[in-house]
Amino acid sequence: MPVRIIRNFFKRIFSNIFKNKKEVKLGFYGPPNVGKTSLANRICKDFTGEEIGSVSKVPHETRNVQFKEKVEIEYKGKKLTFKLVDTPGIATKIDYEEFLKYKMKKGEAKERAKEATQGVIESIKWLDDMDMVVIVLDATENPYNQVNITIVGNLVARKIPVLIVANKIDLKKADIKKIEAAFPEYDVIGISVKYGENLEEFYESIFDLSKKI
Amino acid sequence: MKKKVKKGLKIKGFTIQFLPYSEIRDLDSDKRVKKILGIVMNNNILLIQGRLRPEEETRLIEETMDMIHQGKNDFLGIELAVISDNGDSNFFSKIKKSLVNALSGGDLGAVTIVGPATIVKEIKKNPKKIELLLDR
Repeated sequence: MPVRIIRNFFKRIFSNIFKNKKEVKLGFYGPPNVGKTSLANRICKDFTGEEIGSVSKVPHETRNVQFKEKVEIEYKGKKLTFKLVDTPGIATKIDYEEFLKYKMKKGEAKERAKEATQGVIESIKWLDDMDMVVIVLDATENPYNQVNITIVGNLVARKIPVLIVANKIDLKKADIKKIEAAFPEYDVIGISVKYGENLEEFYESIFDLSKKI
Repeated sequence: MKKKVKKGLKIKGFTIQFLPYSEIRDLDSDKRVKKILGIVMNNNILLIQGRLRPEEETRLIEETMDMIHQGKNDFLGIELAVISDNGDSNFFSKIKKSLVNALSGGDLGAVTIVGPATIVKEIKKNPKKIELLLDR
């Protein structure tokens, strides 16, 4: 009886430790409107059948950190369980007048801008909690934006493994080589979430990255 | 027949201010960020000798967002760029640079540009040049 009690006690302790370590916190970071939520949605839909959040052409659609737990990704016989953390796009300026171009009313645009500022702050606060991060960039945009460099710098300082994903490679203006040149020390994967291009390589990179945790 | 009179363009005034590293070296991160933001919010384009630590850059972004949220002075945010010497250098040059940075407390080979978004529309950066596009 005492042996059984002691055995069960240790069993509970060990299972709690390994239960927590099994779910890898995978964050999606990057500037607004690059496809972070689209990518997170794609993964969630592929492996859980549900999406994580709404998407829109209007920037700053994601204005709160969104989660999806127990996402079990299977790739070439390997399985890993993730907690996906989709974050609002990080920007250094927000002007409500930008939203008026999308035929939004002034009041609604101002409210969206206010929510977006709070979203950026929340996004930054969550950096500390990530086990690994996918930085999503728009393959058609200049990668030397200081926001990108700041995010990478913060992750390096916190020793959090990073994968850089260049989305929208289906567009003519996409230039993956420019992004590789901007971040030579990191793995850069070009994908198109819209058309499902190169997602196999993305999943392979995720599994490789998880070994660095 | 009515004659159309073309109104002249009005150029808003702004100042370019240089901030030596010595002015912020002895400040803690919070005070450093508040000083920089305070200068920029007064319609100044700021050139800072050196660069902020990554966590200070994110702190600057957080404070900027807070100011926008508060709706102070129609502040829309900032444009930020850092020019640093990331060129190829040999092992001994890198050691020398690390020593200089450690002694001075910062990367004095870098320049940080911070401008209010109401004046600086965009800072375009690529490895070889940097362009400031101003909003008139």
